Amino acid sequence: MNIDTAGYGTLIVIVIMAIVTLATRWGGVFVMSFVPINYRVQQFITAMSGSVLVAVLAPLAVKGDNGARLALLTTAIVMLTLKKPLPAIAAGILAAALVRQF
Amino acid sequence: MSNVEPHLHELKLTHIYDGFKQLIPLALFVIVFGVAFGLAAAQTGLSDTSAVLMSTLVFAGASQFAALDLWGQQVPVVPLMITVFAINARHLLMGATLYPWLRELPVAKRYGVMLVVSDANWAMAMQAFSRGKPGLGLLFGGGIALWVAWILGSWLGLHFGSAIEDPVSFGLDMVMGCFLLAMVVGGKKNLRMFIIWTVAACSSLLAYWYLPANSHVVVGALAGGILGALWMEKQQ
Repeated sequence: MNIDTAGYGTLIVIVIMAIVTLATRWGGVFVMSFVPINYRVQQFITAMSGSVLVAVLAPLAVKGDNGARLALLTTAIVMLTLKKPLPAIAAGILAAALVRQF
Repeated sequence: MSNVEPHLHELKLTHIYDGFKQLIPLALFVIVFGVAFGLAAAQTGLSDTSAVLMSTLVFAGASQFAALDLWGQQVPVVPLMITVFAINARHLLMGATLYPWLRELPVAKRYGVMLVVSDANWAMAMQAFSRGKPGLGLLFGGGIALWVAWILGSWLGLHFGSAIEDPVSFGLDMVMGCFLLAMVVGGKKNLRMFIIWTVAACSSLLAYWYLPANSHVVVGALAGGILGALWMEKQQ
């Protein structure tokens, strides 16, 4: 099925995207309201919350250019030493920018 | 997080305002992503109204860029829905991880707060909870800051996007990645978490290479979560 992007078509496409995205924003909360929160579920949730980020970042580090890799490495090192996110992010971006100038 | 403390789910106006302020620095960078989206939307042939409306109603950057890839005289509906769902499926996991605190809120507030959930404000909220601080203000107030920045950036990109020369060479594409990594590194660290993250990373990469497009985040996150549920910390 295709939707013409002329006239109201674009609006319909955008509304479809919005509904699908809203379903993802609400779906997890809705499903969890049927799950009793015991210790095992809490452990699942805690482990998953870090894992979401790691799963986003892993391909970024592997498929990225050297600028991307050095940015992530720099951010990790500065974060481990200073424990402050803003300097860590700034250092990471600076690293990427420097690598890409040459 | 072995027990949910009573005050952590608090969501007063001051919490929302604090959250809004705390995410303003990152929101400035989100404006830059928004500009990139607005520019790409204009080049794809979306009208100004459509592009701004999409950013307002959808508010999920990666899936909006993916939608532009499918755009033409006609848009295939089912591939579009699958793509948007797969890219945004991580919201399902975020909602699940927030549930222990969200369940303390009345239903309307619970789902209202989730309207603006995205990577950055969710990560900040989870970090606050893990430190024993209230996080829902960060989630909602911070989400509003990011949402406004995304809309504003999209609009700017439609009108002035071509004025920005090559944001990649300035490393600006790495802002979100570095931010999320800082959140991971700033979180609780021990051997167990490290092994869980390694499993999540390897599963994500395997899915990235061998499974359908956009499945890697969900696969990696679930792998890490399941390992965490099987190999539990000793209860205090």
